[in-house]
Amino acid sequence: MKYLITDNTSGAVRLEDIPELSYEAFYDDLAARLSEPRYHVAHYFAVPSGDRMRFYCLLLDDAEGRILVTSHAMEYYDATALPSLTARHAQMHPFERDITERYGIRFDGQPWPKPLRFPADRYDRRSSMDNYPFYTMEGRSLHEVNVGPIHAGIIEPGAFRFICNGEQVLHLEIALGYQHRGVERAFEETSNRLRQACLAEAVAGDSAVAHALAFAEAIERLTGCQRPAQLDRERAVALELERMAMQIADTGALSTDVGYQLGQVACEALRTMTINTTQAWCGNRFGKGLVRPHGSNHPLTAEKSAMIRRNVGEIARRYEEVRHDICSSPSLLARFEQCGVVPRDEMLRIGGVGQAARASGVARDIRTTHPSGSYAKCLRHETIVEQQGDVMARLVVRCREVLQSARHIDRLLAIYEEKYAATENPCGVPDYTAPLQPSTLSFGLVEGWRGETCHVALTDAAGRLATYRIKDPSLHNWLALALAVRGEGISDFPICNKSFNLSYCGHDL
Amino acid sequence: MIFPKIKVLRSHGRQAIPDLDAVALTSEFRGRPELSEAADSAEQSAVEQAAALCPTGALCAAPLSIDLGRCLFCGECARKAPRNIRFTNDYRLGSPTREGLVIRPGDTHVAFDMTRVRPELARLFSRSLHLREVSAGGDASIEMELNATGNVNFDFGRFGVGFTASPRHADGVVVTGPVSANMVEALEICYDAVATPKLLIACGSEACSGGLFAESRAVDRSFFERHTPDLWLPGAPTHPMIFIDGIRTLLGQKKREQP
Repeated sequence: MKYLITDNTSGAVRLEDIPELSYEAFYDDLAARLSEPRYHVAHYFAVPSGDRMRFYCLLLDDAEGRILVTSHAMEYYDATALPSLTARHAQMHPFERDITERYGIRFDGQPWPKPLRFPADRYDRRSSMDNYPFYTMEGRSLHEVNVGPIHAGIIEPGAFRFICNGEQVLHLEIALGYQHRGVERAFEETSNRLRQACLAEAVAGDSAVAHALAFAEAIERLTGCQRPAQLDRERAVALELERMAMQIADTGALSTDVGYQLGQVACEALRTMTINTTQAWCGNRFGKGLVRPHGSNHPLTAEKSAMIRRNVGEIARRYEEVRHDICSSPSLLARFEQCGVVPRDEMLRIGGVGQAARASGVARDIRTTHPSGSYAKCLRHETIVEQQGDVMARLVVRCREVLQSARHIDRLLAIYEEKYAATENPCGVPDYTAPLQPSTLSFGLVEGWRGETCHVALTDAAGRLATYRIKDPSLHNWLALALAVRGEGISDFPICNKSFNLSYCGHDL
Repeated sequence: MIFPKIKVLRSHGRQAIPDLDAVALTSEFRGRPELSEAADSAEQSAVEQAAALCPTGALCAAPLSIDLGRCLFCGECARKAPRNIRFTNDYRLGSPTREGLVIRPGDTHVAFDMTRVRPELARLFSRSLHLREVSAGGDASIEMELNATGNVNFDFGRFGVGFTASPRHADGVVVTGPVSANMVEALEICYDAVATPKLLIACGSEACSGGLFAESRAVDRSFFERHTPDLWLPGAPTHPMIFIDGIRTLLGQKKREQP
């Protein structure tokens, strides 16, 4: 048996049940499977334990909704270089780079052996932000443009280096790590589960609900408690509200960048309305404090439920008008169409996820392929896919998802109104003290608005959270942005960038 | 092609908040907390439990106080000790001093000590203030809230306050995030590039204290040892109204009652 097979609705897995392969067997099998588009790696990381280093891999099978867990191991001081999987499958690059950066493990034949995020506890202290090994090209007609780490707008920092031939971008390299705060280590250093929940919300503040949800699912697997169905529904409502808010915000941002002021102000107002709806529900515009393990501090009341349905219906109606205006304005279409194309095979090769992948014809959506909670029960989620892979396709996916989320919310709350009008708190109260199963691996897999958000928690023999690993979808998709701008005019970079809107802090952790 | 635009405009209507000084946030919003001393041992033990649970150590049980510069406004303490801790929806949280952010029993306002504000600030910046924002480990929610201050709803630009791309054009710097070690040099360079006289604003509980990352090895707080902010704004993230109120009070355009 090469893999332990589970799915997104089952419980945690004991560490001793996870098969341990030799690296050769692991390499051969994974390399063969990753050639098929149905498989991609959700997480691959190393954990030192005593004098050994154990590598865990979570492989997702989209066709059958399975999650395949396996591992391999080596001696801690074993200096042999492992043959690099990235050389065969580019999607492995962030994981291998992360392992090399943290522990100094070398991957032989790794085609892109560069630092990933310059963590505080990196293996090679000489490697620093100042000596990032940017790719260079020689040529009399070429020039380089450096942007960042501080950008012109109010956004997070990251360094972008363009190599241009005139106006045309030949290559873009993105150096990140400026946002590194040591989130994973902070998880491991505390036993205060409320603090851990707050940390999850701070991984990427614009995806606070998605990350808090991934954390809550990982913890609930470890405690083995069953969730009330209403809690699942309210979490799905929160997740879809967050998706609506951010997709609308990005529609506005794209409008800003092409000088389409009407769309900009309309979307600003609609986003305000969406996040104010979240605020009227839980007191925070980004839904911080809403998702907690085992229960909710802000169970919906009949009034709040009606307020959300009313607002969401109004937002969807007005957003549809904006979408219609965009699609009937040739000057906007001229900017968005055929710009920043990432073809399907390229997106598959780099392991793209989320709405950016869906815009390139890759139907990856955890809500459909690995549903959990309400998505597995009362919602029939249909993945929205566009084929063109350009800025317009990414915008159209956003537009369609806003309307789809609005329908989901309406459906989820309709169930609420029928059933729970008289119950005090059908969600249960949060629990920060429930004991965790010892020596266990557990994960939370959630489709946030950017895409697949994966948290993995490992407990030690005493039942403490010993290792916590977070993967934001941006980890995969930053490379997609770099590929999208190749061959484009450098002046189209802003709309390409906004069409992805990736997270810096989610990547840097 | 014009009809879809007219439709959007008609639905959009008028969005700007007419009077920013008269805004009241929803009652769910967690703003300034109000504390009362524990009357008996049961209440005292509830407060102690709440303090033990506090994710950033903002709540101190004895003597009872909440440091808003650390508080994430998660509201969990008010659930543990509802008789002693209550969050109001008051968004007037800014203070010109770090110690002004500490709330004690009986406080009905966040202190805004005008004697600690440099007197030239109002004269220099009250009609036009352009700020450079630097995110140094901010989690993107706070950056979005700062963007929102200039949006069609809040429209802080009506008072001549806005954000600018170049530090050379800026009158001051707004720092968000706990200041990651990888960002501290860039932040210093940016602050140096702003011509004096200049303002420094720490925005968000992470900027004020480091928040969840105060103890992290990946965070370097030395910038705030070298430079003292003129305005401290709590919040996780800082609501646009906290920012707008803080700046207007700092520039003497709005008065805050003293506690």
